[in-house]
Amino acid sequence: MKFWSKVMTIAWKDTISELRTKEITSSVLVFTLLVLVIFNFAFGTNRDVLPTVAPGILWTTFVFAGMLSLNRSFIPEKEQGCLEGLVTCPVNREVIYTGKALSSLLFMLIIEAIALPIFSFLFNVPVLSLQIIVITVITTIGFVAVGTLFSALAINTKAREMVLPILFLPIVIPIIIGAVRATELTLTGESWSGLTSWLQIIMAFDVIFVVVSFLTFDFVIVE
Amino acid sequence: MKRNALIVFSFTLMATIFYLIFIYVPTEAVMGIVQRIFYLMVPLGWLTMLAFIVTAVSSILYLQKKNQKWDILALSSAEIGVVFTTLAMATGAIWARPTWGVWWDWGTPRLTSTFILWFIYLAYFLVRNLATEEYRGAAFAAVVAIVGLADIPIIILSISLWQGLHPPALIFESGGLDPKMGMTVGISVIAFTVLYITLLILRVSMRHNEAELRKLKELTA
Repeated sequence: MKFWSKVMTIAWKDTISELRTKEITSSVLVFTLLVLVIFNFAFGTNRDVLPTVAPGILWTTFVFAGMLSLNRSFIPEKEQGCLEGLVTCPVNREVIYTGKALSSLLFMLIIEAIALPIFSFLFNVPVLSLQIIVITVITTIGFVAVGTLFSALAINTKAREMVLPILFLPIVIPIIIGAVRATELTLTGESWSGLTSWLQIIMAFDVIFVVVSFLTFDFVIVE
Repeated sequence: MKRNALIVFSFTLMATIFYLIFIYVPTEAVMGIVQRIFYLMVPLGWLTMLAFIVTAVSSILYLQKKNQKWDILALSSAEIGVVFTTLAMATGAIWARPTWGVWWDWGTPRLTSTFILWFIYLAYFLVRNLATEEYRGAAFAAVVAIVGLADIPIIILSISLWQGLHPPALIFESGGLDPKMGMTVGISVIAFTVLYITLLILRVSMRHNEAELRKLKELTA
């Protein structure tokens, strides 16, 4: 259990730092709301089209918010030299990965928890159901699994945060497809059985990419 | 000597296949002349996959063994792969336009998956070039290739399901093909694969020479 105690230390460090500065949650939250507003203007005043596009809007917003939030996962470490500190700690690189991933997961879930009711309010769509919460949680796990790996990779490149979307977006397309379709089915009143194939894809993605990222993280963190 | 023989062999095969595609094979009844692009599309699509698998497997070996030659193989395969992917999409679009009336159709799982694979190839090169040092670039690109390889099956599966279509069979569907057409497709695939191998060997040896040259320069500098 030493692994988990070290992981929790790293995750706790990030959480405390975030609680004090509220850097990520405040800016990403405001960004999320603004994106929702822009989508409203993008789709015009036609109310009939809303149920069709609502899942797409929701998930596009979460993807953008996720990218911002994941960028902030490693960039301040690099800027303030904390990365060297982390690396010289007597911990496995995998511990750093898991700790960072858990804290990113927490931040993204907080943002989504606040954004979902607001989305429901603005777009008149009932997204506060257990199914959507489950879809959101498992998709976010997938985002964070891949995103933490690529965020660590991106900070060591010359273009830094610009690289993350280019790496990240093609890879997470399966879970975006899964999440959008599953949300769409839920909003049209489908029960759990109709969602299973999509949920299975998302969960398979999560499992595969947690393992792959865990194994390759070592090659990405360099001093 | 062997390499020259390979180049000549590859050239001959490609010449043969072009003869076969444009002169020998009978024109298909429904689609007409445009259908001939199919004989280019199938091997290009197959090579896109093969090149990426070679890149990804070489990347795994590179990360494990830290031997430069695996990285050179991965990079060369990726270079050829991205060109073939671009051609595959181009031929796909050229085929789509007279057949369905649109240049691009999101409804075709294969076209969309190839497009995403193209982005993953692009990410491979981007990360390589944007890294602060060369060895880092090689390691990062290797990670991208490995993640990409793990993702490709899920991408194809999810896109097919999204379209409501059955996941595509591994071998291209060949319902009731004229034997001449079947043979042409088969030879086309072989010809393009030999072309890929030839290009790969040439590219890899070129990079090895470059690496040697660099080492010599460093020694004498």
